[in-house]
Amino acid sequence: MARIVAFLTRTRAGKGRMDWTDWVTYGYLLFGIVLMFGPVAWLLLSSFKTGAELERFPPRLLPVAQDTLVVEGYDEPLPLFKMIAGDQEGRTLAQIRRVGLIAQMVDPAEPETRLKVNVADREPIERIAFAWSNYTDLFERLNFPLYLWNSTAITLTATAIMLVINSMAAFALSKYKFRGKLTVLALVIGTLMVPGTVLLVPTFLLVSQFGMVNTLWGVIIPGAATPTGVFLLRQYMITIPDEILDAARMDSASELKIFWRIIIPLSAPAIAVLAILAIMWRWNDFLWPLIVLSENDKFTLQLALNSFQGEFLTEWEKLLPATVLTLLPVAIVFMFLQKYIATGIASTGGK
Amino acid sequence: MLKLLNPIMRLVEIPFLLVQKRLGIGMTAWLFLAPNLALFSLFTFLPIILNFSYATTGGEAILLRDRPDVGFQNFGNLLECENVLDPSSCRNDLFWRAVWNTVWFVVFQVGIMVIAALATAIVLNRKIRARGLFRGVFFFPVLLSPVVVALIWKWILQRNGLLNAGLESLGFETINWLIERHWAFFWSTFISIWAHMGFYTLILLAGLQAIPQDVYEAALMDRASPWRCFRKITLPLLSPTLLVVLVLALIKGVQTFDEIYAFTGGGPGSATTLIMQFIYETGFGVQPRLLGVAAAAAIMLAMVLIFLTALQFWINRKKVDG
Amino acid sequence: MANIELRNVVKRFGALEVIRGVDLQIEHGEFCVFVGPSGCGKSTLLRMISGLEDITGGEVLIDGKPVNNVSAAERGLSMVFQSYALYPHMSVRQNLSFGLENVRTPKDVIDAKVRDVATMLQIDQLLERRPKELSGGQRQRVAIGRAVVREPLGFLFDEPLSNLDAELRVEMRGEISSLHRRLGNSMIYVTHDQVEAMTMADKIAVLRAGLVEQYGRPLELYNRPANLFVAGFIGSPKMNFLEGRISADDPAEIVLDSGERLRVPAGKFSGGPDQRVTIGIRPTDLDLSGDGIRLDVGGVEQLGGESHIFGTTADGRKLTLHTQGQTPVAIGEEIRISVPSDRMHLFDTQSGKTLLSE
Ligand SMILES: Nc1ncnc2c1ncn2[C@@H]1O[C@H](COP(=O)(O)OP(=O)(O)OP(=O)(O)O)[C@@H](O)[C@H]1O
Ligand SMILES: [Mg+2]
Repeated sequence: MARIVAFLTRTRAGKGRMDWTDWVTYGYLLFGIVLMFGPVAWLLLSSFKTGAELERFPPRLLPVAQDTLVVEGYDEPLPLFKMIAGDQEGRTLAQIRRVGLIAQMVDPAEPETRLKVNVADREPIERIAFAWSNYTDLFERLNFPLYLWNSTAITLTATAIMLVINSMAAFALSKYKFRGKLTVLALVIGTLMVPGTVLLVPTFLLVSQFGMVNTLWGVIIPGAATPTGVFLLRQYMITIPDEILDAARMDSASELKIFWRIIIPLSAPAIAVLAILAIMWRWNDFLWPLIVLSENDKFTLQLALNSFQGEFLTEWEKLLPATVLTLLPVAIVFMFLQKYIATGIASTGGK
Repeated sequence: MLKLLNPIMRLVEIPFLLVQKRLGIGMTAWLFLAPNLALFSLFTFLPIILNFSYATTGGEAILLRDRPDVGFQNFGNLLECENVLDPSSCRNDLFWRAVWNTVWFVVFQVGIMVIAALATAIVLNRKIRARGLFRGVFFFPVLLSPVVVALIWKWILQRNGLLNAGLESLGFETINWLIERHWAFFWSTFISIWAHMGFYTLILLAGLQAIPQDVYEAALMDRASPWRCFRKITLPLLSPTLLVVLVLALIKGVQTFDEIYAFTGGGPGSATTLIMQFIYETGFGVQPRLLGVAAAAAIMLAMVLIFLTALQFWINRKKVDG
Repeated sequence: MANIELRNVVKRFGALEVIRGVDLQIEHGEFCVFVGPSGCGKSTLLRMISGLEDITGGEVLIDGKPVNNVSAAERGLSMVFQSYALYPHMSVRQNLSFGLENVRTPKDVIDAKVRDVATMLQIDQLLERRPKELSGGQRQRVAIGRAVVREPLGFLFDEPLSNLDAELRVEMRGEISSLHRRLGNSMIYVTHDQVEAMTMADKIAVLRAGLVEQYGRPLELYNRPANLFVAGFIGSPKMNFLEGRISADDPAEIVLDSGERLRVPAGKFSGGPDQRVTIGIRPTDLDLSGDGIRLDVGGVEQLGGESHIFGTTADGRKLTLHTQGQTPVAIGEEIRISVPSDRMHLFDTQSGKTLLSE
């Protein structure tokens, strides 16, 4: 911002095809890409690094691994080094073991002779290598699939319930005149003003009264009747001409059929937007699941990820790929549906 | 896909038709309204009322009938204070720390975020190549989950992280970012801005695009400098949108919880404990669970939020009328 | 027994009384047009007949049976809407078959009926298109087709042509008329275009502010308007009105406010001495020759085949006169026009009712 103001206050325009304001613009955009995208790219690259590489300071950009070679007479593959000084300069040696500043090495070509070299005289031979095992480990050794399942189940069920009941309510509130309509509308608008976050305590009581603590339903049900969803859909349904409904009534359609065969297909764009938003909200939801779900085997991905932090404080090689997998669905959805999401979020005023 | 559900709808239609015939078309509205309204009453209206019951009862029990009536003690617990500016002089010092943390957090987060969002929106509104792509770049963090945001930045800020590596390569001392309280607060504010700025950028961009282009062309004919264009045209015409953004950001900012909780856990000490975390931890976190105190704090928070929301409605109405 | 009958029908929206007691009888096969100014309650009345709007008071009967409590779906009428109200997400074929599906018609019957109606209305080439891919006239045909395919007891049209351009409107007007002749069903047709009313109707109901002002055959309304409102509303160009009173000495003489005198056929009108009256005379009925009332010419339109003269009478009333052929009259001229007594309409000024005796 400071840069922009500094530039904006300068009065003389630059020559050439690019105005100075264009330079500022593209500079800002470049800065923006680095700042907004850089951290995610860094996460992605880091998630493919081996544990040893992750601990390295200063870190390197790309995931690399040392070349290894199976040498005759040794069970494990041995790490390879290139000698850069001393007697053996120029040779490629494999390390057997290292003691202090001295390493025992062997030339893979003549495995019988052991050589002692100074560690300062050598350089590891490395190549870019992605540690996919970080990811496979998540599935093989951790409960990751369970959390993934919990999150998916909650997201899909909650979204489906929300779409059905919200669109029904929006239909009633947009296309019927009935006694008490204004009261209902006022109540719904009123609750738009009271965010769910301040009702945690009593909502928790209700959920526990229904025996839904520590169940996925406890996460799904309380948030299903969102006023935001009702409003988004109602605003859209209001624009469907009443005459079409009247025409359907003349065509002997029941009100349910009107809803199902006329209103729902015609509201498809709004419903799609709401569906995407709902999926995002539910997938990313944190505080309410944190309160309702206390047992590890009911955790959602978000909760699991948060608790991984404590368990694996230093085990970034587990935490990073888990983070990547958590953001992956959102990233994919975003790539394909950017336009819908943007307009949807702008029209609801967020969550 | 809808076709698959058609047979189900046929079945549902039979009882529905009976009711429709009985009660008339007007009443069918209630049928459509019923499921949503039921959940709504149960999990929104009822809790609003129950919140007051909790706020005026004490003890650790969840069931209301097991909770002794304590009048306004819970509020007293929170508000009893010699000097509100100095949390350590208060009976519930954590509450006041959280309050002041939230105030400072909101001031910095909202202030900087709105300015940055405005700058970004202005840049994105210029004639640039690949605008959609850039808009996406600034917007996508909005969709990341708070925990993911927290972990992304924790990884960069950790002791052996990218940032410290950068500092060292420039010859500076490395810093323990999340252990020093002021830095922890700074980065908490920062990641919150990082995560939410895109949303406000989007709204402001829509506002900018609503300003007719010919106004600028007229100004150009009048030889107005870019800075004057900004001051005399963009800002005044954008000010209603800017106000909405400001209030919206305030409402959201006051309720911040997830990303900070996952990022610092409120620490070090209570340096980044915000009011929502206070409510969560008082009611659900550490033992004893003081549900009454949490409800009382929630009611006070709700009053602030209702005030802000009313402000937003008022501004919106003025915007429509004006 | 009438096909559709209204008995003292009343409609209130809250405190607002929109239909204030309408009685009508529409015979089998009749083409009935509701005309009236905007907001007079035409659509409301039509929707009450269709069943889309509740009836506050009175009774609607179809084939002699009261249908107040029968839903729109079961009254057996179909309706064509002003905006066509086609289902935008369905193809033309689906639009036509939706209603038949709702009443559980077998699939092959639906197909046959849709094919017949599409052929009749010349939309058989368009069956797979969506409404958005049709022109205005084609949409109109589909809307009519959707009404026809269900073989209803009667058709209701609410200003079906008002979204079409002038040329197409004339064409569709003819088509609806010929459709009526072919099907022979009762039709109720709402419009505020009195040309449509005159050309299509068997019977016209002129509505004003929720009341039927006159109900009758088109020429009956034209020749014998029951009151000032109908006289002014029916007929284009609009009827001229002059004011005066019946002479105290001679019931067949009228003294205009300008002092000029006009003769009316003795016995044709009732009315007492000195009664204030309004004289109606159509612009086409006025005569340039003769030595009647004075007119200051304010404007002349020469259309070649006919001429329109606009002027002011001695008591300051605007008057329009249409003559055949071209006219030598020029602006600023002062002319005398005669008012043929047999073409004159006479109304009581106060009540607006016609003074036509019998
Ligand atoms: N749902 C309603 N609630 C209240 N008043 C209504 C409603 N529908 C119509 N009205 C009023 O009833 C009167 C008659 O309306 P209606 O639509 O029948 O007029 P119309 O003769 O069809 O006019 P137009 O030629 O413009 O279509 C109007 O004054 C209108 O404002
Ligand atoms: Mg109408």
